[in-house]
Amino acid sequence: MINLNAGAPQGPLSEQWASYKSGCKLVNPNNKRKLDVIVVGTGLAGASAAATLGQLGYNVKVFCYQDTPRRAHSIAAQGGINAAKNYQNDGDSVYRLFYDTIKGGDYRARESNVYRLASISPQIIDLCVAQGVPFAREYGGLLANRSFGGTQVSRTFYARGQTGQQLLIGAYSALSRQIAEGSVTLYNRRDILDVVIVDGKARGVIARNLVTGEIERYSAHAVVLASGGYGNVFYLSTNAMGSNVTPAWSAYRKGALFANPCFTQIHPTCIPVHGEFQSKLTLMSESLRNDGRIWVPKEKSDVEKLRKKEIKPTDIPEERRDYYLERRYPAFGNLVPRDVASRAAKERCDAGYGVGSTGLAVYLDFSAAIKRLGREAIAARYGNLFQMYEQIVDEDPYQTPMMIYPAVHYTMGGLWVDYDLMTTVPGLYAIGECNFSDHGANRLGASALMQGLADGYFVLPYTISNFLSSEIHTPSIDTGLPEFEAAAKSVRERLDSLKNTNGKESVDHFHKKLGKIMWEYCGMARNEAGLNKALGLIAELKADFTANVRIPGGLNEYNPELEKAWRVQDFIELGELMVRDALQRNESCGGHFREEYQTPDGEAMRDDEKCAFVGAWEFRGSGSEPELHREELRFETVTPSQRSYK
Amino acid sequence: MNFTLKIWRQKNGADKGGLVTYEVKGISPDSSFFEMLDMLNQQLIGQGIDPVSFDHDCREGICGTCSLYINGRPHGPLKGVTTCQLHMRSFRDGEAIFIEPWRCGAFPVIKDLIVDRSAFDRIIQSGGYVSVNSGGIPDANAIPVPKHDSDASFDAAACIGCGACVASCPNASAMLFVSSKVSHLALLPQGRIEAERRVQNMVATMDSLGFGNCSNTYACEAECPKEISVANIARMNREFLAAKVFAEKEKKVSFSL
Repeated sequence: MINLNAGAPQGPLSEQWASYKSGCKLVNPNNKRKLDVIVVGTGLAGASAAATLGQLGYNVKVFCYQDTPRRAHSIAAQGGINAAKNYQNDGDSVYRLFYDTIKGGDYRARESNVYRLASISPQIIDLCVAQGVPFAREYGGLLANRSFGGTQVSRTFYARGQTGQQLLIGAYSALSRQIAEGSVTLYNRRDILDVVIVDGKARGVIARNLVTGEIERYSAHAVVLASGGYGNVFYLSTNAMGSNVTPAWSAYRKGALFANPCFTQIHPTCIPVHGEFQSKLTLMSESLRNDGRIWVPKEKSDVEKLRKKEIKPTDIPEERRDYYLERRYPAFGNLVPRDVASRAAKERCDAGYGVGSTGLAVYLDFSAAIKRLGREAIAARYGNLFQMYEQIVDEDPYQTPMMIYPAVHYTMGGLWVDYDLMTTVPGLYAIGECNFSDHGANRLGASALMQGLADGYFVLPYTISNFLSSEIHTPSIDTGLPEFEAAAKSVRERLDSLKNTNGKESVDHFHKKLGKIMWEYCGMARNEAGLNKALGLIAELKADFTANVRIPGGLNEYNPELEKAWRVQDFIELGELMVRDALQRNESCGGHFREEYQTPDGEAMRDDEKCAFVGAWEFRGSGSEPELHREELRFETVTPSQRSYK
Repeated sequence: MNFTLKIWRQKNGADKGGLVTYEVKGISPDSSFFEMLDMLNQQLIGQGIDPVSFDHDCREGICGTCSLYINGRPHGPLKGVTTCQLHMRSFRDGEAIFIEPWRCGAFPVIKDLIVDRSAFDRIIQSGGYVSVNSGGIPDANAIPVPKHDSDASFDAAACIGCGACVASCPNASAMLFVSSKVSHLALLPQGRIEAERRVQNMVATMDSLGFGNCSNTYACEAECPKEISVANIARMNREFLAAKVFAEKEKKVSFSL
């Protein structure tokens, strides 16, 4: 049994990070130059880590599958970034941000990591402003804030509806500066297909050059994975088309544990699905819930007429509208956390009150806010989002309520890491959405950007020196070592076998099927029978893929179908693990809602006695079942309570 | 809806390439342009033909990966929209649609509709940043920034680096791209400190990479999916000139000392 010890320092929470930093082993500048670090991914976590490690003097190699680091999917984050600055003097503090995050995560995250995140948050804003990130400001010249779901203070910093873009450009510029200085080397258009382990330590990666198809080897003294989340396992999600689990999955197959894969976040405010050929879903920032009111008709007769387009939503008078979030959760109203809002939408639609042509949509209505604040004020806050909505749906949200429905958006699960953000493989780190550590079973809005940047700018640069300080006598790792040879060979064999299958169906065919299975049985609500059925269906799909996939084009050329095939094959295996994890977790918590575990009025029922643990899975070889390890969660500062937003 | 597609096919950078005609049928007007191309590719894979390669990623208009000349216009017929946010309802049923990659010497074709835009990265590397490290930073509110400047800076920083400005310019000039970065940082007190050095270095790099000069056609602004204003080019020219004059003055001062 692997002992999952987070290794957080002793002492009160508020002093742990300071005491860690004081005791942390350092590497002197002359030695840093001799140490190589690989960073996989250039989103907020990867770009900030690579830039900072470069500034410190390490030799960094950074990889992305996109044509340039600035395209990583962090760029699409809209709403904002949380920080416990308390600039608004509304009662915020590090402790309160910590508490909100632990509670919002439904008490399934580690106190020590979350407290550190909250305590670092103010520094992130300072750094971003210094980099030239144009956050929203008040007329007095100081920074503006807004509120976000799951909290009662205004601690979210934002740059219109494009906060992720502006933060990523900040990190990308910092990275570009290091590339120019020569401390970071950029490898773009590369897929990382394997992690190489030498004598028990992560020492390199195998990459496929997406332009030439060449299989390349890169070595380092440590490897940092910042490859993002795995939401595309559902086929339709708000992730970018290329977002994939492959680097993390290859780490899992090489011995790193994968934690809480069933904790996936379904975001409540996305543009509803329009048809079979839809390729991705578009998020409408949660910040819209600050001013938008969510409702469906009270009467089924109105629903019928709406679907037949006999009436417009604006024809339905106030008294025949059901503002179900305000009704069910008067204290938080439309600002309940994401998991709660998503489930409530599903509940109404399942009960037959959904609107739109498919019946799978609810209204998000701005008429009251427009009346109260004026069209201009609403345009200043959400103009670009309204524009985006109109572009996609062809309806004007200033005139008629938006239609929204939940969609897969973020994955809280990921590689298991300790307090140092190191996986169970020495020298292998996971940061940002790629790890599991800070959001428990549900992430609060505007916390992903915070975590990605905290990990990359401020946590990893300290913790990795603890490891690298003992590597100063290790010369550069030779990519000719048998371990590299073997890894490159197995990558080539898998590519050959994909290419040589010569089946009948395209990769998308299988990906769509997988997505449907996952959404149906391991989506917003799960139950034992459904999950068991999913296991069977996934096994069938896996066999079908192996026998029948068809990949046109060659191996040694630009071949997007081949890239997709590798990714989807990993997603199928991950899907199976997610279902196993959902089966073993006999409770409802956060994004994981097991229908067997609910109160009579449909609220989630957590089981703190039996389930207050992190479920971390160990790969036991392709034909065998993975093994579950548990890290017990101890709550010494906060007392877990049933979440109530009523 | 049905369409006739005339698509640029080019196996790799060395291949000559040419237009190939394809037919697609039964497309929903609510499909995005890329969903239409996805359908074409599914069709081609079924027929054993190499699918059309095109760059795309977020499909929500923000990552800047997508490109394409559609009927001769970067990102197609709509104003202020990237190709990924274009929907088929913007086309007539039965229409012939010409689809080509960006055409510019500094953006060589990699395959079919995909071009190499790493020249943009090199321009940013030559100065598109504020030289601060991840430590020793003053409080974010220590330096107030007038809202007007901050908003103008944001407008410039909204550039997604797609390259439509270069693609639309008869001279293949990158002035709109470079000037948006110069403006973004020059408008903020944090970026002001290095403003002179930045503008000179970035312009020098731009020139060295084979981009043309600006002749004020304003095609870039018209085609920019983020509607970045050409006023940024004017600001960059002013910054550039001031930096040059300032640099001359500095030289003289150091001589007289």
